[in-house]
Amino acid sequence: MLEQQLVNALTLGSVYALFSLGFTLVFGVLEVINLSHGAMFMAGSFAAMTVVTRFKAPLAVGILAAMLVSGLLGLAIDALILKRLRARHAPHLIPMIATIGATTVLTSAAQGLFGVEVQRFPDELLSTREFIFGSVHVRALELAIVGIAFLLMTALFLVLRHTRQGRALRAIAESPKAAALLGINVEGLFLATSFTAAALGGVAGLLIGLNFNSVTPLMGQPILHKGIAVVILGGMGDIRGALFGGLFLGFAEVLSKAYLSSQMGDAVAFGLLFLILLVRPAGLFGRVLERKA
Amino acid sequence: MSMLSIRGIGKHFGGLQVLQDVNIEVPGGAIFALIGPNGAGKTTVFNLVTGLLKPSSGSISFLGQDLAGVAAHRITRLGIARTFQNIRLFPDMTLLQNVMVGRHHLTNYGGFAALFATPSFREAERRSRERALELLSWVKLDHKAESTADNLSYGEQRKLEFARALATEPKLLLLDEPVAGMNSSEKAVLMEEIRNIRDRGYGVFLIEHDMRFVMNLCDRVAVLNFGRIIAEGAPDEIRSSPEVIEAYLGRGDEAEVLP
Amino acid sequence: MEAFADFWATYSTLIFTVGIHALLALSLWLTLSCGLLSLANAAFMGIGAYTAALLTLHLHWPFPMVLAAGGLAPAAVALLIGAPTLRLSGVYLAMATLAFGEVTRILVLNLEITGGPEGLNGIPLLTTWWHIVLILAAAGYALARLRRSRMGRAFEAIREDEVAARMMGIDVEGHKLAAFTLGAVLAGLAGALNAHSTFFISPREYGFENAVDILTMTILGGISSLIGPVLGATILTLLPELLRFLHAYRLAVNGLILIGVVLFLPTGLWDSRRLRQFVGDWRNRREGKP
Repeated sequence: MLEQQLVNALTLGSVYALFSLGFTLVFGVLEVINLSHGAMFMAGSFAAMTVVTRFKAPLAVGILAAMLVSGLLGLAIDALILKRLRARHAPHLIPMIATIGATTVLTSAAQGLFGVEVQRFPDELLSTREFIFGSVHVRALELAIVGIAFLLMTALFLVLRHTRQGRALRAIAESPKAAALLGINVEGLFLATSFTAAALGGVAGLLIGLNFNSVTPLMGQPILHKGIAVVILGGMGDIRGALFGGLFLGFAEVLSKAYLSSQMGDAVAFGLLFLILLVRPAGLFGRVLERKA
Repeated sequence: MSMLSIRGIGKHFGGLQVLQDVNIEVPGGAIFALIGPNGAGKTTVFNLVTGLLKPSSGSISFLGQDLAGVAAHRITRLGIARTFQNIRLFPDMTLLQNVMVGRHHLTNYGGFAALFATPSFREAERRSRERALELLSWVKLDHKAESTADNLSYGEQRKLEFARALATEPKLLLLDEPVAGMNSSEKAVLMEEIRNIRDRGYGVFLIEHDMRFVMNLCDRVAVLNFGRIIAEGAPDEIRSSPEVIEAYLGRGDEAEVLP
Repeated sequence: MEAFADFWATYSTLIFTVGIHALLALSLWLTLSCGLLSLANAAFMGIGAYTAALLTLHLHWPFPMVLAAGGLAPAAVALLIGAPTLRLSGVYLAMATLAFGEVTRILVLNLEITGGPEGLNGIPLLTTWWHIVLILAAAGYALARLRRSRMGRAFEAIREDEVAARMMGIDVEGHKLAAFTLGAVLAGLAGALNAHSTFFISPREYGFENAVDILTMTILGGISSLIGPVLGATILTLLPELLRFLHAYRLAVNGLILIGVVLFLPTGLWDSRRLRQFVGDWRNRREGKP
């Protein structure tokens, strides 16, 4: 019934928001549409899975592994590829295409390393504990997912708003040249942003992997498309937009699947994306791709 | 009867009022200059006339036809051509191709003719090419006709833009800072070229900062300051107008002191 | 003759695929030549493939008509979504076309008539090598003539500076729509030809990954001439065959190629300007000039 669906929606939506946050962060600061973000998501999931099954580590370690592996991959892509393209002042389409290439490499590597079958987390990890509020059953897992997602998002908000680095990032988002003139280490912060964004994407991957108990090399693709939809909806480069957009999409998708049809649930994201692009490409909060300096 | 009538034009971007109650009458067969300190809104006027921007208020008409709602490419076809302050050439195309693009709306063949290389297609292409070469020789660039446009010096780029604008067979030419970056002999040549064009019946409407160029060349001058026209008349009147002097000197722009 | 028959039996599918991929790369070339990055061509291919297959399977139309329908159906869709979509530029257009592609794939995945996830089976093998050769040659010829016409110049002008192109009296929106729609026709033809050479089609063949493959081919070859896309298509179709020993990792090669081209060879393998310079330098050296 409705309340149950709302729980599902919140769970899904908060992970969508977490994923999209990383995506929009890279856009806002680096002005790049990093289509390898889906691969970061997938890599984080696999990293956690490996650590948890192979080394029998607890979930917390899995989370750290997800963040570290994804973060490093994101950093590598930035340092090896995006940085060179920045030096060349390549038009925006070019880095985007390069990140598509990176996705193919990572997805293919994952398929080679892990095969294409669905991998599952060990049963011990997924407690079947449930909390019951009236007629609503909330799994401990769902609580954890929402909790972790919101914890990370809050941490990001606080860093952006109240730390020196956060302010520096916002300055860069306004104008990298002006920021450089102010003595801000722009390149260093670019790398840090790539790392952080990818790390968040990796955790999102782990959380979704846990939620559906399914990890596959191709899981990054559909989520990437949804991330794009969220970010366009909420406005490219806008953090609030990613949060609201992610939650909105989660709700739209779950409720469509429950009350319209399960197939149309997937189409909802893209239908929305398409419509928003046609009507208001800047989204609810964002700005169109144009920087002043 | 003016060729170009700008009446009561206002333009704002969000809260910023860039132009207010601008009235300009550009006659045919004359050289009309729009001058003013940097940021006065001169290029915005050009963007409004050519249809790249829509006015917030007022109207613009060309040869008696109201340009409201007319698409930019149609305005070009009506006979208004322009060059850009920042030079917008097609860098990967040859000089010849750049100028031939200007003849786009004058080469009237359809897909079928192009597909089968019919005689009418070949004739139209030949004429286009000839005219493009002719225009390039006017600006003394025909020897470089087959080299790519990104290989030109700054002055040459300006000349190419000029030739390309002429290729559209305009009745009115809008030149945005046509001699910026040129040396004095190049400027003299262009001045002569613009006089020739005027004498042939074209209208010329230009924006410039080089006062000597403007005063020696133009028939009428309008001065724009902070989005408003503060003076209009013959070059001598403008030169001695107190408002104009204040607009320039008052802001400490010594470089733009009138000669 | 036996050797040839054997060769053909083994490799005909591969050769067909090269031809079809070349057609797809040309379809993307057309939109790129106008400055549009459209990721919708895989979806257009799918629309063409399914339209053609359904016409053959249910209505038994003659093959030429089926092919024509396969080309025109995606064109109709392109005209429909083109006007609003093409107002977007750059990355926004790429994403809108990506979204369109996904919506199409999901629709096809869920409709009864298209056979759902299992796709369509038992499509008669009506495509012969001369269909592919003829259509590819006709497309190549048409595009070559287009390039030498005012439409081709207009496309290139739009690609290099849209605002300046507008000031030259070029109807930018009209030309973009034309490029988009013609690209859809070529992609649809490729789809129809493909459907009738592989017996079976499914939604999985027309998704984002396929759009990326086509993009890689076109970019690898280079867009400065028509040879580029055909060259890129040939290399990237044959390469996986040569790299079979890499198993799952061979797809990684595609990704590496894409990154490599973007970083080191942005104008692609076949860059007319670079080649002309190269030939010029070589000639000069031969004649002893500096």
